[in-house]
Amino acid sequence: MSMLSFERKYRVRGGTLLGGDLFDFWVGPFYVGFFGVTTIFFATLGTALIVYGAAIGPTWNLWQINIAPPDLSYGLRFAPLKAGGLWQLITICAVGSFCSWALREVEICRKLGIGYHVPFAFSFAILAYVTLVVFRPLLLGAWGHGFPYGILSHLDWVSNTGYQYLHFHYNPAHMIAVSFFFTTCLALSLHGALILSATNPGKGERMKTPEHENTFFRDTIGYSIGPLGIHRLGLFLALSAVFWSAVCIIISGPFWTRGWPEWWGWWLNLPIW
Amino acid sequence: MNSNTRRLGALIALGVSALLVGCERPPTATEQRGYRGTGMVDVQNPRTVAGLHEANKVPDPIPAAEPGGPSAGAQFKNVKVLNDLNVAEFTRVMVAITSWVAPKEGCAYCHKGADFADDSLYTKVVARQMLQMTRHINGKWKNHVGDTGVTCYTCHRGNPEPAFVWHNDPGARMAKGFAGGLGQQNRPGTQVGLTAMPQDPFGRFLVKDDPIRVIAHDPLPGAEPGKTIPQTEWTYSLMMHMSESLGVNCTYCHNSRSFADWGASSPPRATAWYGIRMVRDLNSAYLEPLASVFPDEDKGPLGDGPKLNCATCHQGVHKPLYGASMAKDYPELGGGHAAPEKKSDAGTGARAERQRTNVARQ
Repeated sequence: MSMLSFERKYRVRGGTLLGGDLFDFWVGPFYVGFFGVTTIFFATLGTALIVYGAAIGPTWNLWQINIAPPDLSYGLRFAPLKAGGLWQLITICAVGSFCSWALREVEICRKLGIGYHVPFAFSFAILAYVTLVVFRPLLLGAWGHGFPYGILSHLDWVSNTGYQYLHFHYNPAHMIAVSFFFTTCLALSLHGALILSATNPGKGERMKTPEHENTFFRDTIGYSIGPLGIHRLGLFLALSAVFWSAVCIIISGPFWTRGWPEWWGWWLNLPIW
Repeated sequence: MNSNTRRLGALIALGVSALLVGCERPPTATEQRGYRGTGMVDVQNPRTVAGLHEANKVPDPIPAAEPGGPSAGAQFKNVKVLNDLNVAEFTRVMVAITSWVAPKEGCAYCHKGADFADDSLYTKVVARQMLQMTRHINGKWKNHVGDTGVTCYTCHRGNPEPAFVWHNDPGARMAKGFAGGLGQQNRPGTQVGLTAMPQDPFGRFLVKDDPIRVIAHDPLPGAEPGKTIPQTEWTYSLMMHMSESLGVNCTYCHNSRSFADWGASSPPRATAWYGIRMVRDLNSAYLEPLASVFPDEDKGPLGDGPKLNCATCHQGVHKPLYGASMAKDYPELGGGHAAPEKKSDAGTGARAERQRTNVARQ
């Protein structure tokens, strides 16, 4: 497998969290490690279970394949395989493979001697997923509150779960999450546009430097966050979006059972009106 | 632990508690309303609805009356509705009504002086109409009230005027021109779950029969007149009212994948469909004609009398009084007794005809 000439010096022993030297090798460009093995195990088993679920289901239409969680009546117990047990096993596999992947990223960071920013960011995605299919069902007392695995069916679940609280746009944490998502897009598009503008000079001109980039924003809005700062900001915005998404769903049900519009009663009841 | 960590911890604790202010705490009670995994789930907090269980206790029935004896119509003067009852039954119903509707005021709330046949108090005229309405509901609207039926107590709960009635809403004073004309929107409405939806969906849908279904089947805008965004907001307004009145969420009846699809809806939607038609019938045949009878203080700002909506009976519960039947102890109020043919019945017939066509169209 081809390797860039300078890459070889990073392929060093050590830095593993588990397994010592046992899985400390590469397959082609891919680092394996103990968590690479567990990732492969969980991902393969989970995918196979999904395919099995599709096989015993009514359709092979990719859009309509649906592997639903158990009935609420099963509570937090295991359900029979064809009555939601499959969903439970797939959930275990998913959590197993996502966490393995994050820990494999940690091992690579340790080998390279870099910070843990990437696994840290990825763990927010895991947090959002685990919030939906583990934490919230635990708080509500039944695995059946998790979302079903299917392209259209999980969208139906999102829609209905929103309508459980009448109007989800009134959920304050949802408002904050949506604002962060939009702000992430704004920041990324400004940053992307700025970099492209500086690195695509007119014909015969030199490529511009961060000094030009900074000057552009100082001239426009009086402040430039700088080449490193924009990435810190981007990470903060994106992780905040995910974090508040997790908050907005964990409070819906366990901490609020009525319509979200009604939550704003405190605002209407302020003595300032 | 240095001071920065402590400060951060305090800040996080403050943030979390600020976020949870005004929220409820687990555990909650949930009920599955559709196929597993669809997210059709009713979520209640037992601590939040505890008060409702207290408020929906049914009073003990009065022991049944002896059968036989002369009829009330023959024995008393000016008995127009309950004249088919015997004197014991009649007296029992009168005592019950007093305890349900005017427990503090007593007989004198409707009857003037010693002459109980006198019709000069408006309350007696209203009460007579309400008796006819009760029999009409129990007889003709079984597809909404089932065998549970209704009594005066279903709405009145010991109040001379039911706690939940409505009048036509004149709307807020608005600027004219482009700044005005918000279609009653952008103010939180107490009748519509504190949303900023249109405030008064009742006149349109619960007296008149404006179309409620707004899902167009043509992808192009304008292809189906009346199926517009503003129309949708009116419909949502009515639905918010129903949801608040029954203490349930949208998925109690609907699968939001397709609100209109009867096949994906849960059975209570059919009951609710009849309920909407029932309320229309009652408002137009029994309540609106009384408008001139009510004194000014009972009228709304536009001069109309009190009318009923879903909350009038349901009062925050999916089945009024949590489904306890009081009507079974008061067969005198049942539909078995011939409800005198009223002017309403022609309208009901036409409406029933329309209902059948609507159902056929689904």
